[in-house]
Amino acid sequence: MVDLRIKIGELKLKNPVMVASGAFGYAEEFKDFMNLKELGAIVTKTITLKPRQGNPAPRTCETPAGMLNSIGLENPGLEVFIREKLPLLLKIGPPIIVSIASESGPEEFVELARKVDKIKEIAAIELNISCPNIRGKPLLISQDPKATYGVVRGVRRVTSKTLITKLSPNVTFIADIAKATEAAGTDAVSLINTITAMSIDVKTRKPKIASLTGGLSGPAIRPVAVRMVWEVNQKIKIPIIGMGGIMDTPSAVEFIIAGATAISVGTANFINPRVSIEIIKGIKKYLQENNINSINELIGSIRC
Amino acid sequence: MLQIKVKILYNKKIKVNYFHLVLRIPKIAKDSLPGQFFNIKVSDTCEPLLRRPLSIHRVKGTNIEFLYEVVGRATQILSQRRPGEYLDVIGPLGNGFNLTPNTYNLTPILVAGGIGVAPLLFLADKLAYSVERRAYRKNKKFKLSAKRYPLNALVLIGAKSTGQVLRKKEFKALGCEVKIATDDASEGFKGKVTELLKNILPLAISHKPLAIYACGPRPMLKEIIRISKKYNIPTQVSLEEHMACGIGACLGCVMNTKEGFKRVCKEGPVFNGDEIIWVGKEEVG
Ligand SMILES: Cc1cc2nc3c(=O)[nH]c(=O)nc-3n(C[C@H](O)[C@H](O)[C@H](O)COP(=O)(O)OP(=O)(O)OC[C@H]3O[C@@H](n4cnc5c(N)ncnc54)[C@H](O)[C@@H]3O)c2cc1C
Ligand SMILES: Cc1cc2nc3c(=O)[nH]c(=O)nc-3n(C[C@H](O)[C@H](O)[C@H](O)COP(=O)(O)O)c2cc1C
Ligand code: FES
Repeated sequence: MVDLRIKIGELKLKNPVMVASGAFGYAEEFKDFMNLKELGAIVTKTITLKPRQGNPAPRTCETPAGMLNSIGLENPGLEVFIREKLPLLLKIGPPIIVSIASESGPEEFVELARKVDKIKEIAAIELNISCPNIRGKPLLISQDPKATYGVVRGVRRVTSKTLITKLSPNVTFIADIAKATEAAGTDAVSLINTITAMSIDVKTRKPKIASLTGGLSGPAIRPVAVRMVWEVNQKIKIPIIGMGGIMDTPSAVEFIIAGATAISVGTANFINPRVSIEIIKGIKKYLQENNINSINELIGSIRC
Repeated sequence: MLQIKVKILYNKKIKVNYFHLVLRIPKIAKDSLPGQFFNIKVSDTCEPLLRRPLSIHRVKGTNIEFLYEVVGRATQILSQRRPGEYLDVIGPLGNGFNLTPNTYNLTPILVAGGIGVAPLLFLADKLAYSVERRAYRKNKKFKLSAKRYPLNALVLIGAKSTGQVLRKKEFKALGCEVKIATDDASEGFKGKVTELLKNILPLAISHKPLAIYACGPRPMLKEIIRISKKYNIPTQVSLEEHMACGIGACLGCVMNTKEGFKRVCKEGPVFNGDEIIWVGKEEVG
């Protein structure tokens, strides 16, 4: 038997396959397609303090081997989330990681974290400091090492839960940002969020999505994501949750070899809703075929 | 709702850019409702990456039929797939037309613009079947037949030109009265199908209470809802929005309604006319 168990901070997962924030709804949408219990962990859609309506449609469009989205963090707000969505999520079984984002400054992150920290059943917090879809914010927190440090530090003070910080790829040196989060006390980093991008309809000369620019995801961004996981892994000691265009077992294994302790499936859920379960089975088979006893031996095993 | 690989039985051009696709989907066919759709992966590769939504056009036994227009990459690839090959489909998805017992007391007017015919044939078929069952229940001597009991419905089909008018024969076979509107006057009324609707409504409404069901381009649906509001006619429309997942997970396909954003793939694609709030791009045309 191969061992798929991994650890992120205090959080123990039975396998390294998670589903990414915003790409798995509130899980109930997928229950007809698979046994949700088998997932390593579930990351929720990003939750803000107040309800958010999100951006106008069209919110998505297809691009070569990828897609753009600008959902604009539509969510019912923390209070309704806790009352209406969380109980169902907790019933499923795997650890629930709640993704949070501030609509204002760092204080809101701290307030959110404080409230989430009180709920014992929530396994971990993911800080979404990298969502590109909030208008009127030219610079994301995750584009500035100092601001990143400040937010992570502030949240770290108010929660003892496993803390994951999600990084944006829209930066010059992602390893510098990752180092700042490590210094501030995050237990892990997850990368990458979507890459800011644009697509124009040449017939109408209009941008294809209503908010003009959006976030690129899917196989198109995979090589960028793998490179970033590899770079970050050389600069920090804490675990990395790798994502960006994972579509199948080989692409999941690629991230682990590059240095990811766990992986997260995003866009691929839209195309094959049961892909994460197929990847869990696939990783097991890969380890068996390569005579590797534990997934931990594969992490960061790149030969270069 | 199922994700399943199914065999293509038939996939042929019927006219111009319009294709007729027939899939064998035994487990699901009989549970499918008019207005619902399937999300179809047209290739096994990342090109195109996402599934494409197609409305159920008709259900015959264990077969589900689709009617689609080639408009871009995915529909182009789909049109080249051959019988015997397999497609990965998810469905049936969404909420179809809301048919209550009271529905059958209203005379249906079906309004289709272009490819909007697709879901409306299945609707007419279902309505006709229900009418037949009701007649049978009232009078056991009446024989249930393979041929549907004539459906007392009016079908208005709008197209650019007579060559693009779809499914006229099939609607007539169900007993519907069919009227055509073409932009170039090559058949029937010259002009928009909404103009045709405006012309016939005053007389029609004086005879019987009506219900309108429509599918087509947004400006057309918007105009139909405006007209039907004046006459207080209950109206249901089938909407399109760009979809990434089709199962309610990505929040990509929202439509503005009186109760806030609703997902076209989950709460729709059929909406009541009076719940929609038109904003942004719908204003065009
Ligand atoms: C619920 C639903 C049911 C549908 N039923 C049918 C049907 O029965 N028959 C049929 O022919 N078409 C139907 N459509 C539209 C069909 O899904 C699109 O035409 C198709 O996805 C286009 O894919 P493509 O790659 O060929 O074109 P693309 O290259 O992706 O696009 C071509 C053009 O179509 C537009 N488009 C792309 N996707 C959509 C979409 N989901 N909705 C609206 N416009 C889109 C693009 O903006 C572009 O202008 C339906 C759409 C929805 C949402
Ligand atoms: C429709 C959509 C919505 C998303 N929403 C969120 C979100 O709310 N919070 C977040 O941290 N990331 C969000 N993401 C980013 C994904 O979690 C993931 O980081 C990114 O898509 C890259 O992975 P992928 O290529 O596998 O999709 C979203 C992605 C998509 C496609
Ligand atoms: S297409 Fe994803 S929510 Fe409707």
